[in-house]
Amino acid sequence: MYRYDEFDSQFVNDRVSQFRDQANRRLTGELSEDEFRPLRLMNGLYLQLHAYMLRIAVPYGSLDSAKLNTLAYIAEKWDRGYGHFTTRQNLQFNWIKLEDTADILAKLAEVEMHAIQTSGNCIRNVTTDQWAGAAADEIADPRPIGELVRQWSSLHPEFSYLPRKFKIAVTGSPNDRAAVRVHDIGLRLHLNDRGERGWEVLVGGGLGRTPVIAVTVRDFLPEHELIAYLEAIMRVYNLYGRRDNKYKARIKILVHEIGAEKFRAEVETEYARRPHADTKVEERELQRISAYFAAPQFEKLPRWSATFEEARAKNKDFANWVRTNIAAHRADGYAIVNISLKPEGGIPGDATADQMRVVADLAQRYSFDEIRVSHHQNLVLPHVKRDDLFAIWKVLQASELATSNIGLAGDIIACPGLDYCSLATARSIPIAQSISRKFADLNRQHEIGPLRINISGCINACGHHHVAHIGILGLDKKGEEFYQITLGGSSADSASIGTILGPGFAGEDVPEAIEKIVNTYLARRQPGEEFLAAYRRLGPQPFKEALYAAA
Amino acid sequence: MPLLKNGSIIIDDWITLGLDDPKPDSGDIVVPYARLLKEWESLTDHDGRLGVIFTNIDRVEALTLFLPRLALIVLPFPSFTDGRAYSLARQIRETGYGRELRAAGNVLPDQVQFMLQVGFDSFEIGDRFTAEVWLKASRQMSLAYQRGLYRTPGQHDVWSERHREAEPWLEQPHAG
Repeated sequence: MYRYDEFDSQFVNDRVSQFRDQANRRLTGELSEDEFRPLRLMNGLYLQLHAYMLRIAVPYGSLDSAKLNTLAYIAEKWDRGYGHFTTRQNLQFNWIKLEDTADILAKLAEVEMHAIQTSGNCIRNVTTDQWAGAAADEIADPRPIGELVRQWSSLHPEFSYLPRKFKIAVTGSPNDRAAVRVHDIGLRLHLNDRGERGWEVLVGGGLGRTPVIAVTVRDFLPEHELIAYLEAIMRVYNLYGRRDNKYKARIKILVHEIGAEKFRAEVETEYARRPHADTKVEERELQRISAYFAAPQFEKLPRWSATFEEARAKNKDFANWVRTNIAAHRADGYAIVNISLKPEGGIPGDATADQMRVVADLAQRYSFDEIRVSHHQNLVLPHVKRDDLFAIWKVLQASELATSNIGLAGDIIACPGLDYCSLATARSIPIAQSISRKFADLNRQHEIGPLRINISGCINACGHHHVAHIGILGLDKKGEEFYQITLGGSSADSASIGTILGPGFAGEDVPEAIEKIVNTYLARRQPGEEFLAAYRRLGPQPFKEALYAAA
Repeated sequence: MPLLKNGSIIIDDWITLGLDDPKPDSGDIVVPYARLLKEWESLTDHDGRLGVIFTNIDRVEALTLFLPRLALIVLPFPSFTDGRAYSLARQIRETGYGRELRAAGNVLPDQVQFMLQVGFDSFEIGDRFTAEVWLKASRQMSLAYQRGLYRTPGQHDVWSERHREAEPWLEQPHAG
């Protein structure tokens, strides 16, 4: 994991003092709320329905036990004993007081954390594959580039008052787990014939009101040109992105309105015009950063673990958990453990302070002190010996962290919705909870197989409903909440945007509607055919009939 | 309106002219870009320095011909959340322009440091905040991660500090 040097520390400490001063000026009335707003947003502080919400950056989703224990401490001291992991690998506290915020930021700085640019019209926290550095299918670990981009984008003086927020995702694997096609900029690693690294640059993807799949503007950008090229894109967006209407201000609208070709030409002109000496990705800086992400010293282990196989054979619950929550590690004898934050009837992504400490302790004992946050709002122990899996599972089970539903119907993504958020038009959490109860039977979930259900409480789509196999969008019609259902979305390699099926449903009818969709799939699937593949083969018609046929 | 320049508050002695205001016989004048285009011939004969007010939607390429004769470029901020002028400022500095670059309009003290870094070197500050607040806000951060920015004394960039032993000290470009 990246460690701050004296300069990173000084930078974050300066930032805390700066914010303390700004908050004081707001509290004394020297700054108006309008003036304070962009300043607090650039430090991750939102004003929600009931209180301030503080969003803390978890750069590219990486945590260690000290960081996670500090988050637990903050949850208990300044919030209500829990935190909420988000779809952008961050953590939110929902009950924060403005007066406490600078102290919280100072506490975070002690463990090399901050809330810089987790909000506001600037370059947001960089996200990546939650299995980075561990996945068996990876070309290279994307986190060093994530860190390089994090540093470059931190308080970038030119790009802090953009037309709108700006999200960058990085993947180093051919199986995209970072959803690079639905980000403002997606970066995807390739190797050429000579084994040199280059980045495919995708621009203009996004969800929100206008879901769009990104276009590729460079197929293979040499690594040392990366920052210079990003600056050219950012500058074109900053100068020409729309500012007259916040719903048309994202870069995807600019790309769409002037066309991908014109956009590419603008970027290339800007790129060719500028001197690059100051933005060259220097080999020694990249090496300095990469050293922090060196793979842990894995033991030479046999692929086959007797302890593990025996436990799996004897304990059916453990075997089920292994089926869904364990992924292949690149080192023999190791595994990736996915910890579900989606217990039956729970709030997706929420973790109590106690649960955070349990996971921190497990990471320290069994996973080289590493924890990841996934954009599916779950946690990951990336480097675990197969020999230790059973012991870990037992500890997780005692803390309600062993639900074996990763990638299944119960693994629902949901935004905070109208329970917290001032933008929401409908509640998301109760819908997630009722669906989760409907599909409480884990055996049935396993029988249904991979299924992604995502819920957003308004068209801003924080719950990524567009890219769900089954997406649910909460809207408001004359004071009544209702929910629109889309089918067939995906954020994986063959990314697609879901199709609206028909009229919406009242909240209490949503679980039943999902059940009908699932039953239609089960009745019509071919052997081994997953939901998304079946939908793509069958099209929406049979699902429409099941949902809207006269009873 | 008072100006913040080089760490002190000074009086602005430029004469700002609208599109149709009569041109004085002498003195430093600053005109809208549209007037610069229309009256370039007569403006070049003016007895005094010449400045231009450039807007957010003009392209920097259009200024190229005029740059050698300009002693001031003013970039107005229609609102403090409109960040276009940060890019324009940097583009203007990248052309090699070395004279005064002024931020005008809706500018807040907490933004001055970013503005200095992209190449602005003077600020119309109005009377909303005291001089003390402006000066303090302009030096909140002692470090920046980006290279090639403009620095005031006491500010450094992380990269140069970090790799100091490997790199001969490079003078940072200096604005204005």
